[in-house]
Order: sequence, then structure tokens, then C-alpha cells
Amino acid sequence: MKQKKKHKNEEITVALSGNPNVGKSTVFNALTHLKQHTGNWSGKTVETKGGRFTFKDKSFYIVDLPGTYSLLSDSKEEEIARNFLCFENPDTTVIVADATCLERNLNLVLQILEITDNAILCLNLIDEATKKGIKIDDKKLSEILNIPVVLTSALNKSGIDNLKKEIYKTSLKNNEKTYKVKYNELIENAISSVEGAINFTENKRFFALKLLDGEKSIINSVSNKLGFDILESENIMQVLSKEWNDLEKNGIKKSEICEICAKKIIKDAERIATDVITVKSENYNERDKKIDKILTSKKFGIPIMLFMLTIILYITVKGANYPSNLLFNFFDFLGIYIDKFLKIIHTPRILNDMLINGVYRTVSWVIAVMLPPMAIFFPLFTLFEDLGVLPRIAFNLDNVFKKASTCGKQCLTMCMGLGCNSVGVMGARIINSPRERLIAIITNSFVPCNGKFPTLIAISSIFIASFFAPKMQSIVSCISVLFIILLGVFVTLIVSKILSKTLLKGESSHFFLELPPYRKPKVFDIIYRSVFDRTLFVLSRACMITAPCAVIIWIFANTTIGSTSVLGYLCNFLNPIGTIMGIDGVILLAFILGIPANEIVLPIALMCYLSSSSLLEVPSLSEMSKILIANGWTVKTAICTMVFSLLHFPCSTTLLTIYKETKSLKWTFVSFILPTVIGFTLCTLINLIFCIF
Amino acid sequence: MKTLADIRINDISAVKNLNFTGSKKRRLIDLGIIPGTKIQPVFKSPSGNLTAYSIRKSIIAIRCEDAKNIIMS
Repeated sequence: MKQKKKHKNEEITVALSGNPNVGKSTVFNALTHLKQHTGNWSGKTVETKGGRFTFKDKSFYIVDLPGTYSLLSDSKEEEIARNFLCFENPDTTVIVADATCLERNLNLVLQILEITDNAILCLNLIDEATKKGIKIDDKKLSEILNIPVVLTSALNKSGIDNLKKEIYKTSLKNNEKTYKVKYNELIENAISSVEGAINFTENKRFFALKLLDGEKSIINSVSNKLGFDILESENIMQVLSKEWNDLEKNGIKKSEICEICAKKIIKDAERIATDVITVKSENYNERDKKIDKILTSKKFGIPIMLFMLTIILYITVKGANYPSNLLFNFFDFLGIYIDKFLKIIHTPRILNDMLINGVYRTVSWVIAVMLPPMAIFFPLFTLFEDLGVLPRIAFNLDNVFKKASTCGKQCLTMCMGLGCNSVGVMGARIINSPRERLIAIITNSFVPCNGKFPTLIAISSIFIASFFAPKMQSIVSCISVLFIILLGVFVTLIVSKILSKTLLKGESSHFFLELPPYRKPKVFDIIYRSVFDRTLFVLSRACMITAPCAVIIWIFANTTIGSTSVLGYLCNFLNPIGTIMGIDGVILLAFILGIPANEIVLPIALMCYLSSSSLLEVPSLSEMSKILIANGWTVKTAICTMVFSLLHFPCSTTLLTIYKETKSLKWTFVSFILPTVIGFTLCTLINLIFCIF
Repeated sequence: MKTLADIRINDISAVKNLNFTGSKKRRLIDLGIIPGTKIQPVFKSPSGNLTAYSIRKSIIAIRCEDAKNIIMS
């Protein structure tokens, strides 16, 4: 193993690994105080995140690796984790395990112990284990594995100080030999022989094993690191060939080696687990089973899920009203004083006009109308994520996705897209098959994201809910948005099917999904953190994106070429296309200018409509309806705008993320053009239907 | 030949053989499914295509066509 004498100022690297969904990121947050979001389903951390903490006199850099069931790469995230552990040589590896299902977690532990002796086992969710009557003899486990075992409940921050202490101790000394899985005699002899031929690493046993079992991706990674193809090394190939022949003579085919080793590790894990775990009763997860039976039942499963989504939307719609009104009044009030102030310091009238009518009005509108729904929806969504509901949704809908020639995991990324499209695109890494990952990325923007909800809610409140009695208006608004979401899901499935038959041919790949136990989320913690984070995020976006946009539009509106303003020219130019689609040039321009952020589309449209007026007040929702109707809006316009809001090019952040994930201009372009074309076609169809009837 | 797809809900039975190759087989082994492992079906999806199984104290969902290739004793 590496020499460990580190100089005083050198930072110590710690790798954080473990099965998916064991609370690894919660441990990470607890160690680094980095407020990162974690969700309760397998595959949430899909890129390595780093953070720091200090303990005593040392500084530690900790890397949160993606969750993996083993180190044989099957998906991109497993490859990332494996490569880090094998090649980045972290000083200490902390393996986070779920105390409620230790046996399966031990598989990864034993595999990691084949690579490194500097490891610590962190038994997380120990409170859940106690509640379920599961008792683990951690001292015995520590003796067997010969590594420190720390009990934690990261959500309650208990055990974290102990963990820091152990990380400190382990990083500063060379650990003794840990438990090593011993295979049968034939394989052990082969390993020893191959070890002798290896001179490119100190970790001879592990790499000898990998060379023997022919694990291609590891061999490729090693070759990449060393700069030459190992399999071309005569010395190594000679020894390997001899060993393979010997094993074959004794009845072990080369292709079976990997499987034999994997099975032995599982058996060892089973034996150790039986040694150290005592369970009070076998029925410890009765509550979860009962809930799952209802959530996945034939009769109630999907209706309950639709109902849950409706509730979230309803709370968002209803709950946003009060803060919205408060903010409107506040900005009206403030606006008068800002206007007075600008006049007092003799601001030139043009600048005054631009600042008040342009920037202030638009930014305050974004904050008053767009912020409250976003700040409410996101925490609710997060709450459901943390509960562990999403894998059950994927479980229920896998059949539908299979018919669309993809798999249920796309359902997970689609749900993530409800929070933020960019996050959904990154989340596609949990999908093993590259073809299906690409489909998930391209179709992700077909579900409305957090930024589109306020637009949908506002328009449906004005044009659809207004036909109903005041008491019903919130419900009608929320059902309209529900329909839009369902339309998005429908389009996702159809487009996935079409893509599977044309550009990205293939069949549904294999699909195994873990359904983690329901976890009680820390409700207040989530709500507080989420509301705070989201509010800050939207506020900063309002300033950084909306304000400059507003300035640009104001300039366009007040610069005339000939007899029309620049803005007028643009809108007139786009009007024919807009009319075919059932909207108008202003709305189309607003969508185009709204590429940076979806929530500014409606404010921009509003600003264009108001550009010729000198309205000082920030128009409330009811005043807004008058403005829209005065500019030719009808129910048809509202519906077409909502549909196009759902189906148009992704925002710039998402496009950048798509490029980073696919590394292909071609597919980024497809992700841009496909929703737009579909949206255009659908709007035109709706327009046609309205014209006929 | 009894397969996992034939096991009824709440019945426990042990794996005899895995009728897969390559990465699918390895994925199953990673989840702890090897000859001798005890598996108990717990509930099915609305369409009946997916079944959730209790394997080594965790719940894993496996599709019907894959369950047909897990031979039980």
C-alpha cells in the first residue's frame, strides 16, 4: 500500500463509497456542511462531488462517489466510482452501509477491501435498524474485517464526530492487512503466479484477479493510465495464458472465473452477516409492505399517484396566492418611492423610464408571480423524493415504458425533470444502456419543469379558471396543469417509442430496480432549506437574467427605425408564424428570448404588450387578464401558449447540460429541435380545431 | 422446471440456477442472487409485469421475463 507519511500541509483525500441509497450523501453533508440535496432512490448522486472538513490539525478533501452495488462496471456511475477507488489512490475510503440490510452491502465492502486496506465501515441508518429490531455486533464485525466500524445516523448527525476521528486516525497510519476473500485453491494459485508478473502497481492481488477474469473495462482503464496496452505485454500474456490453460484443465473455464469469484464474495458476505446480525423478528418491514401493497395495487396504485401529484399542484396554486399578493403590494409601494427618489436626484427621464417601466416592473413581476409557486413546489417535490415514493412510481409505470421500448428508470429521470430539466438530464446516468440514456435525455424537456409551472398556473388561472365559480378556480387551475403534465408524459412515451424505431433503434434493456424502505424525512429541515435555497436561486436569476433582458426589450421598444420600433419589427416578423400556431408574434418572441430561463417568458410578453404604455404599477393577475385580452388573447391563445410552453426547446442551462452529458452537437441539436417541432405541430393542430368549430 | 415467475406471493424458495449470461448475470450476482439464495415475492405491479422480491433483506423489482430465467429448486 502507499506510504502514508503526509506532510503537515498536504490535504488528505477521502473517498466516500457505498451501495446506492444508503445515506451516503447525508453522511457527506454532515461531514462537510455542504447543503446538497439527496433523494431517496437508487442512483441519486450521479457525479462526484467534493467537499472539505478539518479535524484537529488536518484538512480533508472528501469525494462523494456514485452509489454502486459492486465494482464490476455496468453503468457509467459504477465505472466512475470504480476508477476513482482503483486509480486515484485516496488516503482513506469510507464505505457507507445501510445497517438495515448489511448483508448485501457487505458485498461492496469485501470488494473494496480487495483494493485497499485503508478503509472504514460506516454503518448508517442505525436508528432505523434499531427501530426494526436489528442488532449488529459492530465490535465483532470490526474484528472480522480488521477495519474500524463506526455507527452513524447521519440524518440526526449522530456518530459523525466519531467518524471524523476514525478518518483522522486511519489516514495517518498504515492500516494492517484487512479481511481478504480467499477463493478456491486453483484460483489462488493462479493469482499468485500473475502477481509475480505485475510491476505497474503495488496493488498486485487485485489487478492479478482482474487480469485473470478478463474484466475488459478495468484493463482498458489501466492501459489508459499507463499509456500502453497491458494485453500487449508479452510477459503478462505469457503468465496469463499458462494460468488460463491450467485452470481449464482443472475444469474452470476462463469465462467462469469472474462469476466464481463474485459468488464467493456473496457467500463470504452471507457468512459474516449471519455471524454479527441478530434480528428480533422477521417481520420488521410490515409497515412498508402494507404501504407498498396499496401503492402498487391494480386498483389504487396509479390513481393514488395521480392524486398525490394533484395535491402537490393544488397546494402550490393555492399556497402561492397569499405571498403573491403580499409581494405585489410591497412592490407597488416600493415602486412609488423609487420613482420619487429617481426624480429627486434628477435622473434623466429616459433612464427613469427604462429603470422603472423596464427593469423594475419586470423584475418585480417575476418575483411576485413566479417566485411563490416555485418556492412552494420544489420543497413539496423534494419531500416526496426523500420519502422514497419515486421508485414506486417507476415500479408502477415500468410496463408502459417497456412498451415504449425504454425502461422504468426513464420514469425516474422524467420525475426529476419536474423539478428541473437539467437535473433530469444528468440523472439519466443511472440508465445503463446508452441508447436508452440518450432517449431519456432528449425527452426530458417534455415534462414541465419548476420554471414553467408559474406560467402554466398564471395562464390557466386567467383564461380557464375564470369560467368557473371563484371557489373552484384553484382546483380548475391545478387540474389544467395536471392535464398539461399528463400530455407531457404521453408525448414522452410516444416520442420514446418513435425514437426506438428510427434514430435510436433497439429494445428495452434489462431492468432491476431496488425499492428502498420508506424513510421519514426531516420535514421542517427540508421545507426550510428548500424554500430558502429556491428563493435565493430564483431571486438571483431574476436579477441576473430578467433585468438585462428587460433593459434590452426596453431599448428595442424605444428605438424606432422609420415609424416602427425595433420591437415592433421583431413582433411583426414573427407574427405570421405565431398566428399559424394560434399565438402571436409577441408570445413567440418571448419564448425565444426566454431561452435563458423559462420563468421569464410571460413577464417578457407582458413587457412587450405594455411597452407603449407608461403604467407605473406592477399589474396584478386580474389586471394582467385585461392587458392580455386587450392584446387579442382568447382561450385558444391560452391553450396554445400552454402547450408550446410545455413543448419547446429546452432552456440554455439544460442545453448546456445535454451537451456535457452527450458530448455530441448532433444530439444536443436534436434535443433542441424535436420538442420545438412537436410543439409547433400540436399548436397548429389545436388552432385548426378551434378555427373549424 | 420451476422458475421465479412461478413462485406465489409470500412463498419462500431457493435459487437453483441462473439462466443468463454476461452483464445481466453479473448484475443479478451483485444484487446477491446466486444458487442457494432465498427469495420471497412480496407484491406485483398493477400491470403484473414487475414483481418485487425480498432478497437478503432488501426489496428488488424484477421483470417477469427475467424471473422466468431464474430457476428455483
